[in-house]
Amino acid sequence: MTPAAFKHRGSVLWIAAFVHRVSGLLLAIFLPVHFFVLGLAVERGARLDAFLRWTDQPLVKFAEGGLVFLLTVHLLGGLRVLVIENFAWRDGQKQLATLAAAVSAVIAFIFLVRAF
Amino acid sequence: MNVRLYVWQRATAAVMAPLVLVHIAVILYVSRQGLTAADILSRTHGSVLWASYYGLFVAAASIHASIGVRNVLAEWTALGERSAGFFAVLFGLALAVLGAHAIVVLVLT
Repeated sequence: MTPAAFKHRGSVLWIAAFVHRVSGLLLAIFLPVHFFVLGLAVERGARLDAFLRWTDQPLVKFAEGGLVFLLTVHLLGGLRVLVIENFAWRDGQKQLATLAAAVSAVIAFIFLVRAF
Repeated sequence: MNVRLYVWQRATAAVMAPLVLVHIAVILYVSRQGLTAADILSRTHGSVLWASYYGLFVAAASIHASIGVRNVLAEWTALGERSAGFFAVLFGLALAVLGAHAIVVLVLT
């Protein structure tokens, strides 16, 4: 493909669609692990407690902050898609997509402040 | 993606939107050092409301994620539509089973 064929990839809305897909894919990879770990609460939660102590490590907290960002940005990106597909078109989609990323970053930051 | 999968993808997204909002609120509320299994179990154990909430969440997420994975595999890998669909069904079933097990452990046992 020619460079012109990739030109649209600099667009905010192309990036928003890409972020929506990648965040969904990463959440899908995380979900089985999440469910498996929650299932460790059997036997009065001893195994889950051991895992929760492991998650107190700073690096793990940052990873969890990343997951909070992914979940929020996928939610807001998905809501934007649902609104576009089901309601009358509204201008300012690039600003809305940017706002979604900013709000997601703020939510992840609040999580990290509370977690640390 | 055919129309049937498209409708399921969007319908499960609409169902999950409020559930994810609540989930994010819960994550922020409980996010602190030293969270224990007892803290989690004291909230969820024996609660019909949390069992219903997580039951709906797991069902919707299993369908939504498996359709998404199918689309990614079909469009971004060399797998054909048929193989991508087969893998996605397996993935969705695994999610549903793991999620149902987690709910049974957290709420019902």
